[in-house]
Amino acid sequence: MDKYVCNICGYVYDPEAGDPDNGVKPGTAFANLPDDWVCPVCGAEKVDFSKED
Amino acid sequence: MKPVEIAKGIYSVGAIDWNIRDFHGYSTERGSSYNSYLIVDEKTVLIDAVKKGFEDQLIGHVSQIIDPQKIDIMISNHTEMDHSGGLPRIMHAIGEQKPLFCSKMGVKNLSAHFTQQWNYHGVENGETLNIGSRTLTFLETRMLHWPDSMFTYCKEDQILFSSDAFGQHYAGLETFDDVVGHTIMAHAKKYFANILMLYASKVLKLVEQVQAANLQIKTICPDHGVIWRKDPGKIIDAYVKWSRQIPEKKAIVVYDTMWRSTEKMADAIADGIFQEGVPARPIHIRSSHRSEIMTEVLDAAAIVVGSPTLNNCMFPTVSDVLTYMKGLKPQNKIGAAFGSYGWSGESVKLVQAELEAMKFQIIEPAVRIQYVPNDEGLASCIAFGRQIGQAVNRKMMNDE
Ligand SMILES: [Fe+2]
Ligand SMILES: [Fe+2]
Ligand SMILES: [Zn+2]
Repeated sequence: MDKYVCNICGYVYDPEAGDPDNGVKPGTAFANLPDDWVCPVCGAEKVDFSKED
Repeated sequence: MKPVEIAKGIYSVGAIDWNIRDFHGYSTERGSSYNSYLIVDEKTVLIDAVKKGFEDQLIGHVSQIIDPQKIDIMISNHTEMDHSGGLPRIMHAIGEQKPLFCSKMGVKNLSAHFTQQWNYHGVENGETLNIGSRTLTFLETRMLHWPDSMFTYCKEDQILFSSDAFGQHYAGLETFDDVVGHTIMAHAKKYFANILMLYASKVLKLVEQVQAANLQIKTICPDHGVIWRKDPGKIIDAYVKWSRQIPEKKAIVVYDTMWRSTEKMADAIADGIFQEGVPARPIHIRSSHRSEIMTEVLDAAAIVVGSPTLNNCMFPTVSDVLTYMKGLKPQNKIGAAFGSYGWSGESVKLVQAELEAMKFQIIEPAVRIQYVPNDEGLASCIAFGRQIGQAVNRKMMNDE
């Protein structure tokens, strides 16, 4: 599964780790994150992320 | 200095740093200030501490108004050390158990700076705090410019305590925008270019939100420099303009040089650009601070970068400027590379690769000259400059 980087703050969403602090279980692909999920560091929306090269 | 009353019961009580000239790599030739604001109401509130070493100024100013122990609540809009370094002494002076309000990220970040177990109160975005005749509202402004950043807004006085946003590194006794006059805008612009440029999209979103919420703002109190009381709309409009990054018809030729060959090229390229009617200016890196260069980058349409080749690499100072520039993410630029070399000549390729990484529209082919440029070489630089100037003119037409 691909990692995604926040274009605003540089936070990397790692699907293996998920975002448990915000109710996202480990193993959740970026595409399956809820639409209202935001970057846990800076609050950026999903559209502000790009796939990590 | 005496504390200055901004509105009835609201005072500027921060510290002036007349002598700072290097603010984490940003040149502050006019010094700076670490602003702090005291609101005396049924509950008395202090907004933002100062940098470590400046606590005496802050406590001295507060003491002219009220016994520091009478302060009921400390608010920290931003964790960075120029506004939190003084917290240990300030909290000690007002009472260690007094509530310390900050954003949720502020709790995390302050805890990573200080071992003291303060009485943190992490606020939600939009949370309010009644202090008697006034209600303060906390607005999360993540990444403007740290994850913890927030604003505090006082509805009754229509004052926005904006943390680093709208600040300027400017030390002065004037306190207010209208007292300093229009020269303050250059300092505000430099601040935006060096601290906030990379968060331009966030700035635009925030301004939209503020307008949608119909927040009335009579006065903006930032954490550095003067308070905007005469025309807060002017600095907000300037932020919108800078954030859009719509360039002016202007090019800069940023370079360093070892034996003046790259310098000769820079001057000839600037001449060529100017021949196309585009204002252009060569900037020698070791004669200008990187933060001055970024201020020029902010509204330039073309950034032309020249480097000699030193030991198969680009010249170190060029690398410094490019690294700094890349981090600040300038958008919507034309880029071009050039340089003189002795035998291997890698620098031009390396510079161009950096400009490409910043997604600049590259003008090719880059100009590379071995040793000292002769007349023919200088003519090729002028032609390259004209090519860049033409591209700027086309861009200005397309961007309109
Ligand atoms: Fe800051
Ligand atoms: Fe600051
Ligand atoms: Zn982020």
